[in-house]
Parts: sequence; C-alpha cells; structure tokens
Amino acid sequence: MINAATAKAAPRLPVDWWQGGLMAMLFATLFAFILYPILSVLWISLSDDQNNLTLLHFVNFFRRPLFREALWNSLSSGFMVVFFSAILALPLSYVLARYEFHGKLLLQTAATLPLVIPPFVGAVALQLILGRSGMVNLLLIDWFGITIPFMEGLTGVVLVQTLHFFPFILLNTVVSLSNIDSTLEEAAENLGCHGFRRFRRVTLPLMLPGFIAGSLLTFIRAIDDLGTPLMLNYKNLLAPQAYLRITTIGIDDVDGYVVCVALVILSLASLLAARKYLSLAEYATVQRAAPAMQKLHGTAAMIVGLVIAIILGISLLPHIGIMLLSFTRVWSFTLLPTTYTLGNYNEILFRVPHFVVNTLLYTLLAAALDIILGATIAFLLLRSRVPGRNFLDAIATMPLAIPGVVLAVGYLRVFHGWDFPGVGVPLTSSWLILVIAYTMRRLPYTVRACYAALQQVHVSLEESAQNLGANRLRTFVRITLPMISGGLIAGGLIAFITSCVELASTIMLVPRVELGPISYGIYLYMQSSLGRGAGAALGVVAILLVSIGTYLTHRIFGGRAGSAFRI
Amino acid sequence: MQPGEVRLEQIGKRYGPQWVVRNVDLHIQRGEFFTFLGPSGCGKTTLLRIIAGFVQPDEGIVRLDGQAVNQVPPWRRHVGLVFQNYALWPHLSVYENVAFGLRERKVPRGEIIQRVGAVLEQVELKGTETRRPSQLSGGQQQRVALARTLVIQPRVLLLDEPLSNLDAKLRHEMRLELLKLQRDIGLTTIYVTHDQEEALAMSTRIAVIGHGEVVQQGEPREIYEQPANDFVAAFIGQSNLIPATIDQVLNQKVIISIEGGIKLEVGLSSATPSAGDTVYLSVRPEAIILSDPANQACSSSGIKGKILASAYQGSFVEYQIAALGKTFKARVANPRGKPVYRTGDQVELGFAAGAVTVIPKNAG
Repeated sequence: MINAATAKAAPRLPVDWWQGGLMAMLFATLFAFILYPILSVLWISLSDDQNNLTLLHFVNFFRRPLFREALWNSLSSGFMVVFFSAILALPLSYVLARYEFHGKLLLQTAATLPLVIPPFVGAVALQLILGRSGMVNLLLIDWFGITIPFMEGLTGVVLVQTLHFFPFILLNTVVSLSNIDSTLEEAAENLGCHGFRRFRRVTLPLMLPGFIAGSLLTFIRAIDDLGTPLMLNYKNLLAPQAYLRITTIGIDDVDGYVVCVALVILSLASLLAARKYLSLAEYATVQRAAPAMQKLHGTAAMIVGLVIAIILGISLLPHIGIMLLSFTRVWSFTLLPTTYTLGNYNEILFRVPHFVVNTLLYTLLAAALDIILGATIAFLLLRSRVPGRNFLDAIATMPLAIPGVVLAVGYLRVFHGWDFPGVGVPLTSSWLILVIAYTMRRLPYTVRACYAALQQVHVSLEESAQNLGANRLRTFVRITLPMISGGLIAGGLIAFITSCVELASTIMLVPRVELGPISYGIYLYMQSSLGRGAGAALGVVAILLVSIGTYLTHRIFGGRAGSAFRI
Repeated sequence: MQPGEVRLEQIGKRYGPQWVVRNVDLHIQRGEFFTFLGPSGCGKTTLLRIIAGFVQPDEGIVRLDGQAVNQVPPWRRHVGLVFQNYALWPHLSVYENVAFGLRERKVPRGEIIQRVGAVLEQVELKGTETRRPSQLSGGQQQRVALARTLVIQPRVLLLDEPLSNLDAKLRHEMRLELLKLQRDIGLTTIYVTHDQEEALAMSTRIAVIGHGEVVQQGEPREIYEQPANDFVAAFIGQSNLIPATIDQVLNQKVIISIEGGIKLEVGLSSATPSAGDTVYLSVRPEAIILSDPANQACSSSGIKGKILASAYQGSFVEYQIAALGKTFKARVANPRGKPVYRTGDQVELGFAAGAVTVIPKNAG
C-alpha cells in the first residue's frame, strides 16, 4: 500500500494555494465519482423509507436461502479459484524463478497468455471445447459413450476463472522469489538448515508477500467477475444476483444494494486479512543479489518440458477456440467448424464498427485521464505537504476493493434523473459515464505506477536543476517528466488493457446499444447462437488490443513486467 | 568448542577458462586471526566461500581439523560465515535470527534462550530482541549477523568484508570490538578485506592475494617491510618503486644501479637476486630524506628532484617530487624545526638506511 508517511525526505515546500487548489479539485472529483456513489449504496442498504438507520435489510438478506446460497457460493468459489490457481502457479513460479532451461521464455509467455483474453470470452471458448457438446465431450461420447460436465454450474465458473486468474499468483510469486537475496538462503545453510527445511523456514516466508498479493488479487477479481457466470448462465453468485436485481426489478430494489454491500464486505475482508502479509512486501526490495539459477538437465528438463507443453496447451485452449469460432457461421455438435467465413469480421469492422470505435475512444480517454489524475496524486503524495494526503491516497485506493457491479449501481443511483452540468443530459444517459467508470476503476493502478516512478526521482535531482537556474516548471519539463514518463505510460497502458475487457460495470452502464464498447458487443452477440461468430470476432479484436498493450508494457517495464499486475 | 584449524591444499577454482583461484596453499592455525587481503575481484571471497562450502573447488583439498571436507555440504561444516551484506532474514526478529542456528541444532528451548541472551549481551544488543532487522542501524545489523554466527560456536569464523558497509568512524570502533571479541573467545578467524590498514591492524597473519594466487603470506610487519614483489609493495601502503638492475651481489648486500647512472648499496633481507637481474627498489614515503642541494653536507644519493606539491598535515608534511622522470611521494614526519619546501624548490633525495628494499618484479 502506498503510504505518504513512509516517503523519505519530503521537501520542505511551502503549503501554497496552488497545491491546495489541486488537492481540493482532486478531492471533489474522487468524492463525486468514488466515495459518494459507494456511500449512497451503503446508505440505502442501511436505511428504511423514513431514512432511519436499520439492519432489517441485512436480516432479510440472510433469511432468503437464495442469497445465503449466493454468498456461500461466491465465498467458496473464490477460495476454490485461489486454491486451484495456487496449485498451478506455485510449482511453475519456483521453476521459473530458480531454474535455467530450454523453453523458459516460452513458459513465461504462456503464463501471460490467459491475461490477454477477457474471462467471459474465455468462458465462451471453453464451452466450445469442454462444454456439454464441446470438442472433448463429443470425443468422449464417440469413444466411451460418456460425458464429463466440466462446464456445468459452479464447476465451469471455477474452471474458467482458475485458467484466467492463475497468472496473477504466478507473476507475483515469481517477483517475490527472484527478489530473495541468495545470501539469505546461504546464511541458513551455513547455520545448518538445508533442503525442504530451508525452503520452509526461509524461502517460503520470504516469497509469501508476492503469493498473498497474487491470491488476494485473484480472490477479489473472481468474486467481482460478472461476465463468466452470465456467459455460463450460472446466476447464483453475488455479482450476477446484484446485476439481475438492479436490471430486472429496478434501481429502487433494496435487495440489490444489500447484495452489493455484501460483495464489498467480502472484498474488504479479504484485503484486511491479507494486509498483514502485504505490509511485509517491503522486504522484497530491501536487499538483492543475483538469485542462484540452477541449470536443468536430463530427466528434470524433460519433465519441465512436458509441463510447459501442458500449461501452454491449456492456456491456449480458449484462444484457439475463439479464433476458430470467429471464422465460422455456426459451430455446434461438430468436432471442428464445418464452414469458414470472413463474414464475422465484415460484420464487426464495417457493418457495425461502433463497438470497436467506442472501445478505443473510451479506453484511451480513460487511460489519459488516469495518467493525469495518477501523476497529480503521486505528486501531491510525494512532493507536497498539503494536509489530507493520506486520505486522498485512501480514497484513490478504494476501487481496488470495490467490485465493478457495485460502482455501477452507485453511479446509476447517484447520476440518474438529473442533467449533469456541462453535459446537458443525465450522466447515465451519456457515454461519458463509461469513461468515468473505467477511469475510477483503474485509478489505483495508475497512482501506484506514477508513485513508483516519481519515487525513483530523488529530490536532489530536481534541486540540482533548480540550483542551475531552472524554475519549477522548467525543472518538471526537463528533469522530472522525462524520468517518470516510462512509469506514466505503463500506468496508462494498464488502465487501457484492463478497461478494454471490463464487463461488469459496462453492461450496467451502457445507455444505448450504439454507445456500447466491445465487451458489451460480445455480450450481446453471444446471446444468440447465430451471433456467436461475430461475438468471437469481437473477442479476437479484444485479445489483439490487450496483447498490444501487454507487449508495450513489457517493453517499458522490461523484466519487471510482472509488477504491472501487482496489488 | 575448541577452535579449529583450516588447511587449504592446492586449491583451484575456475569459471570457464578463467581461473579465479589457483594453487592456494594455506594453513590457518587454531586461534589465529588470518586475513585474506587483496583488491576486489582477486578471488579472496571465492576462497572464503570454498571454505564455507558454497563453492566447490575444481582442484585441491579443504581440511577442517585435518579432515577433508570437500564432500561435506555447507550445513554440516560447522563454520560460521558473516556475509558482507549481513543476510539477516527480514521476516524474523533479532531474537529469531540469532536463535535460528540453535534451533537447527535441536538445542533445548531453555538453553536457546540463555545462549541467545548471552551472545546479545556480548555484542551489546540487549533489548533489541523483538525488533526486525530493518529497524536497526547498520552497525547493529552487523552485530546481529555476528551474534547469529557466534552463538553456534563455530569451529572457524569467516568474515566477508564485514565492515565495508559501515561509515568510517563506526568501522574504526567495530574493528576494535571485533578484535576484542575474537581475542576473548580465542576463535579461529578468517577475515576477508581489501582494506590494507584493516588487515595490518587486526591480523596475526595476512595472505596477500592477487589474481587468484597467494602472492605473499606472513605477519603484518613482514608484509609491509619486506614486500615479496612490486604487486604487494604497491598494494600495501604507499611505495615508490624504482626500476633497477643488480650490478654486484655482496654478502648480505647488493650494489644496484638506477636511472641516471646512479649506484646504490642496499641491504638484502629475503630475496636473493643475482647480478644482471632487473628488480625494483621499493622506498616507502616515510623513508625518503629530503635535503637542500645547496647544503652539500647531507648529500648521499645524488638524486635531484623538484617539489611538485606540498601539503602540510600537522604531524607530517606530504610532498610530491619530480625526480628520475617519475613522481615520488615523500612524507616527512615531525616537521617542527625542519624546513618546509615549497612548490618549485630543488631538493636532493636520500633514502634512510635499512628502509629500502630490493624486490623482484611480479611475474604476473
């Protein structure tokens, strides 16, 4: 967590009106678009018709078996996703961080592949391959006359989410592992501790921060994920329940708000539970010496090769499925599609190009706004002494624990029914609401990236420029900006990548079909079996956009690309 | 536990074609404070890690108390290594860090508490038990690292540049403390450093290491006063090295000639050159005697020079002098009452009897 108090040697700049004004503007913005919508959701769930405080709605929530079950399902599926992801990720991360072998780059690439495909797109693709009438089950019927219900109910949700989210744990753990100074393990051996004991007493505790961070991220994303259950038509989880309540019964249905608050409580509780370990994350960077790399030969190398092949295969399954689907008109009850066509691409690129155009407009705008907001917040946190900085940081961090559904419900509640100044219509009737939602959802990541970048610029570098005659603005343009530009762009890219595939808030906030972005388009197309080809083509476009963004992030972050997906 | 002894027999280690350590033969005796001294990259740390068992030598045998330990893994060698960066575990408190090795040895709880308490007292860290390493100062961290190693009562204490991360004042204090501790416990200690001052001040014996080989070993005084070759002379303290040829070998003496046809008579200590050899004449700055050429009375060598720079430093004056086509360093102690020369002054250089050494050229 960013904490301005830990920032060393804050320069003794006077508290001036300019910084104060900046602070006030930021507060107003974050209050309007983060704090106030969430507080109003909370208030509605806690008050009765006469605006009196009451817990009645929560009592009712727990009285309804449907909600109890949804709560339990969200909780247990979240844990299962973390559990299975950890099983996949932990051995891989150890191998990646500690061994040198042929095909290491391949494994590293394979590990990031699931991240470029939106989970709900992956859900569709996996259904084609593992679903009731998917490739695998068709083969199983042919050969053994049986089917395995991979994709039915909660199993399907957990499967899709595990395959999508395990890289979070993998990447974070690898970062932690490779930050462990090799002398820390040698010191243990010198004192008589080796083998598995050494792993348990020294290595494991030191890699825990990364592992916990990855697990936390996975858990929060899993319970927040609305697209996967909707695509698999499994509705008995908190996120789809909140969505269904608000969209079918209406914006005034109190139960929807209670479900939202339950979601937030789950997120916050997991964040608090993990905090103890996350605060220890600092020691990953205390010292570092080249971690010992062992070369793998013979049998070990072959086993690793095999594992790579399996992981790569599994990671690529959704990509292959969606690619095939995008070139077909209809694909059902056959092993592979029977006819191929470019019609789907014609449809989404030329007949109805607005999904792609909207996505680019919204996400690039959101990324730009995030960079501006993130850089300003980072500047205030690190370089000013305006009071209230920690509070500002806290609000900007909040969206990490606020599911997209909840923010969307808050927006619908707060910005519905009155004309927003300067827009002319209610915000909820304008596409701007999507840009705002994306901006706020991804703000914590950009703040972090900008903060880290600015922290690298020692104050003395700026002071020496000023000492040589550059004023504050010139110093910023000539020294600070060039040094932090990498971090700013990286922060913007993260916002861009993740906004491209944002579904939860999108499907709730899109005012009209023609204002919808790609994720909304995919959701619409996938509703009918005839539209699935076009939906898949949109999915391919989304994969491409995210791949480009991820590639650029890697170019900028270099070997530390994993840190882009850290908490 | 009784202090151990270490024998390195013909140790060699190479990475690829590059030998980092070669032909090392050393015997470190019980209770000794032995220093590996050399410039960075000379292989001294590798040698230390070979003793600790983290590096396998390609050649030679490591013996601890007479027993060959090449095949013994680090965790069974029972030698304590203090790392240059301390390598304190950030997830454990000071107490847990220090108790680590004892727990590995299945020492009973009560005894652990007692021994950790005692060693923390010894290094003056009582009261910091519950703190994390990151909450300690550099000097405190250094002492935790030392305590963590001392508490297991190792056969040999290995110290890898333990003072290099401390500031000058603290380094000086820690040097004395470390020495006192070592003498009190009587522990066999191998100390790695590139700081010749540290080595001279602390060691019972020093091995000067250059390019992976032991260039010279001996007591500090021997190394300083009778450097084995120009590498040692240049590395240990400051030295003026003058190329010379042996003209004539006499009993315990040689006549040599240096540039400008100047002949000198020099006493021999250990080296036994023969006539015609090219050697170096090593003159320490404090062995140079300056005199006014106008005052012929003190003239001895006939080497004329010109003062390039002079720096008055209270207890001595430091000069740079151009003579024989090179720059000499001279240090005149107790300047009170003596003339202080200025830049541009002509002087004559003389060498104090017995303070000039003939040393062979380094083969390497």
